[in-house]
Amino acid sequence: MDNTIVSTIQSEPLMPHETSEYEPYEHVYVPQHRHHFETEDQQREAGSFGMWLFLLTEIMFFGGMFFAYLLFRNWYYDAFVTASNQLSVPLGATNTAILISSGFFMALGVWAAEVRKRGLLVLFLILTTLFGLAFLGIKSVEYKEKWDKHHIPGASFDVSEFVNPAIDAKTGKPTQKPLAPDAAQKTQLFFFLYFAMTGMHALHMIIGIGVLFWLLWRAQRGEFSAGYVAPIENFGLYWHFVDIVWLYLFPLLYLINRHPLK
Amino acid sequence: MTTHNLVRGSNTIINLPDQSTAEIPKRNFISNEHGLLSWLLTGDHKRIAVLYLISITFFFFIGGAFAGLIRLELLTPQPDLVASDTYNKFFTMHGVIMIFLFLVPSVPATLGNFLIPIMLGARDLAFPKINLLSWYLYVIGGTLTLTALVLGGVDTGWTFTTPLSTHYLNTHVVTTATAIFVAGFSSIFTGLNFIVTIHRMRCPGMTWFRMPLFVWAHYAASILMVLGTPVLAIAIVLVALERLIGIGVFDPTKGGDPLLFQHLFWFYSHPAVYIMILPGMGVISEVISTFSRKRIFGYTAVAFSSVAIALFGFFVWEHHMFIMGVSNYSALVFSLLTMLVAVPSAIKIFNWAFTLQKGSITFETPMLYAFGFIGLFTIGGLTGVFLGSLGMDIHLTETYFIVAHFHFVMVGGMLMAFLSGVHFWWPKMTGRMYPESLSKLAAVVTFIGFNLTFLPQFILGYLGMPRRYHAYPPEFQVLNVLSTAGATILGVGYLMPVLYLAWSLKYGAIAGANPWQATGLEWQIQSPPLTENFIEIPIMDHEAYDYDWLEHKTQPEVTTVG
Repeated sequence: MDNTIVSTIQSEPLMPHETSEYEPYEHVYVPQHRHHFETEDQQREAGSFGMWLFLLTEIMFFGGMFFAYLLFRNWYYDAFVTASNQLSVPLGATNTAILISSGFFMALGVWAAEVRKRGLLVLFLILTTLFGLAFLGIKSVEYKEKWDKHHIPGASFDVSEFVNPAIDAKTGKPTQKPLAPDAAQKTQLFFFLYFAMTGMHALHMIIGIGVLFWLLWRAQRGEFSAGYVAPIENFGLYWHFVDIVWLYLFPLLYLINRHPLK
Repeated sequence: MTTHNLVRGSNTIINLPDQSTAEIPKRNFISNEHGLLSWLLTGDHKRIAVLYLISITFFFFIGGAFAGLIRLELLTPQPDLVASDTYNKFFTMHGVIMIFLFLVPSVPATLGNFLIPIMLGARDLAFPKINLLSWYLYVIGGTLTLTALVLGGVDTGWTFTTPLSTHYLNTHVVTTATAIFVAGFSSIFTGLNFIVTIHRMRCPGMTWFRMPLFVWAHYAASILMVLGTPVLAIAIVLVALERLIGIGVFDPTKGGDPLLFQHLFWFYSHPAVYIMILPGMGVISEVISTFSRKRIFGYTAVAFSSVAIALFGFFVWEHHMFIMGVSNYSALVFSLLTMLVAVPSAIKIFNWAFTLQKGSITFETPMLYAFGFIGLFTIGGLTGVFLGSLGMDIHLTETYFIVAHFHFVMVGGMLMAFLSGVHFWWPKMTGRMYPESLSKLAAVVTFIGFNLTFLPQFILGYLGMPRRYHAYPPEFQVLNVLSTAGATILGVGYLMPVLYLAWSLKYGAIAGANPWQATGLEWQIQSPPLTENFIEIPIMDHEAYDYDWLEHKTQPEVTTVG
């Protein structure tokens, strides 16, 4: 029977790198192994290290906007408070929960790939995608509301709501502190940063969902069910990073300015 | 094979195989595959390096043409060659092309790409596809820049100063901004690839302190690329958004802050200066060691000084903004930090000088360029200290003094280092030698032309001639004529290598594996190298620059195939 085994091994198609006559290192059995890595471990470590570095560049990229937010929040505190009250905390909180769930299923997906369960992996990736899409859906509802209220920065931006806030019918007082017209203009900066930051975040999610579809297609073909899990792992890192960005955006944009300092 | 002992006292170390029998190895990375697609879809770091070398040379000459036009206009005090706004476009295109499309990728994307895996004993960079992607991003960025150029150019200056760039100009700012954004990602991916490769792909025995200093310099530059470039990207995105939809993050009339743009821009663009110069310093370390037959003096100090330059480089950006109304106290701190950068730079210069001391120095072309680098970089660096001190900066900034300063660093420093490196590794990349006496002449012509171009500009700047104007008072004409004459000579100096290097591709002497008797791993393999670099992954059993090891190597470890 030994002969049978040997012949099975030999009949396996050779990888291009295996055809050279001076192959110095041990043959590796993962078909996704790239020829220029000495070992599978080296390939896996290099991939995840590369992803961490990429996330570092992403932090610097978002960092520029966070820095602008910090500066203008200090300069135009009142305008930022008023504008921040326009955002819906329930919607934001729901979205936070949705995104955390999406991240949770991604983490389960990485586990499913590691224990080589194809069906579970596909299921978790689908759930990750669905929760991601749900997040974007709610986000677009929020954007739509800003559009209706003329809170999109640009030529059609309308400050009247901040200069003359609605009057509460019971108390007869304004629902929030009115802003002077020039201060009210500064709300536009808040909304610009809101759209730039959440928009850039949403763009990352859209790209992520695109990648998820690709990974799904590969996962259901069983590519990640034989010990090669690096793409799932690395995408998981990316997806959690996108989660974490939102976990900063939510408090900064929705929560911390709601009640002006006394 | 070359198994000879170095003859002390001879005036060259060039050691070529017997030309009557020597031939280029049949199997190498160039002959491995044929056809345009085999180049355009390659994952081989060496081929990508060649693609980069061709494209950056192309952009260098476009950028150089604009420099020529600028100098031509400045030949006379009157604005006679072009209108003012055309002149603005000239210096903007010169800056944008030279900085983003030439200097930033110059050494890393060509020599670095080619050599880092080989110097580490690896078969390729960690991510070959990302490496190729980075070249395509570079080409897209370059094409967009050319598009903006053809459509009518851009006249913001390479610094995109707001609100000038966002509100007052009607040129192709968004196209150029997109180009820089895309080219920036090419740089990020190169840096990322280098860092991962250096961490994860070193061969057995290649410890951190056995790596050539070329690799250390690229490691430091890569940190800057990875951490700095995204900040430029977001700043550029905000400029483009502000132009397109008119909100005012940088517009003071709408509550925005133009200084915020300066902070974001220079947070990248000062470290970018070190992205440009550090790889050049890496080249110089290799060349100085080889042509003085000595281990680099204070190897560890030179290695760490690269990292120190990278770290300090992130905390000096405000020195570009001393006259922009920043707080005096922060200016004081940034001034001090700026002067601190001079320390690791000086460590390098002194260590190179000590390497030369009592070395067996020979004066081949790479060494001539390296000497040019050391002298000119020292002048460029020291004038940087002038500009870093608060009082002097007020007087000198925005004059030709600053133009001369950064051209001494970038052209006198970086371009000399680039040419030094290209000559040094040309035999490795192509298997053939360049013509030695002609190239020595080119090195000297470049050096003379450079000094004639930029030394007068120090004086012009000190006397108060502002930069970025195309007319000037008549008393400045003599110095400007000298400068333009120098630029002409410099142009000849740059054209010569293109011609004779192209000639050498077919007619150059066959170089053999190690024409310089150098110690680096790249010299122990055939030239041009195999696609897989090494037949067997080497084991590093000695320090970098160990000439004793080289001389006592009992048998040639070089094997050619086919």
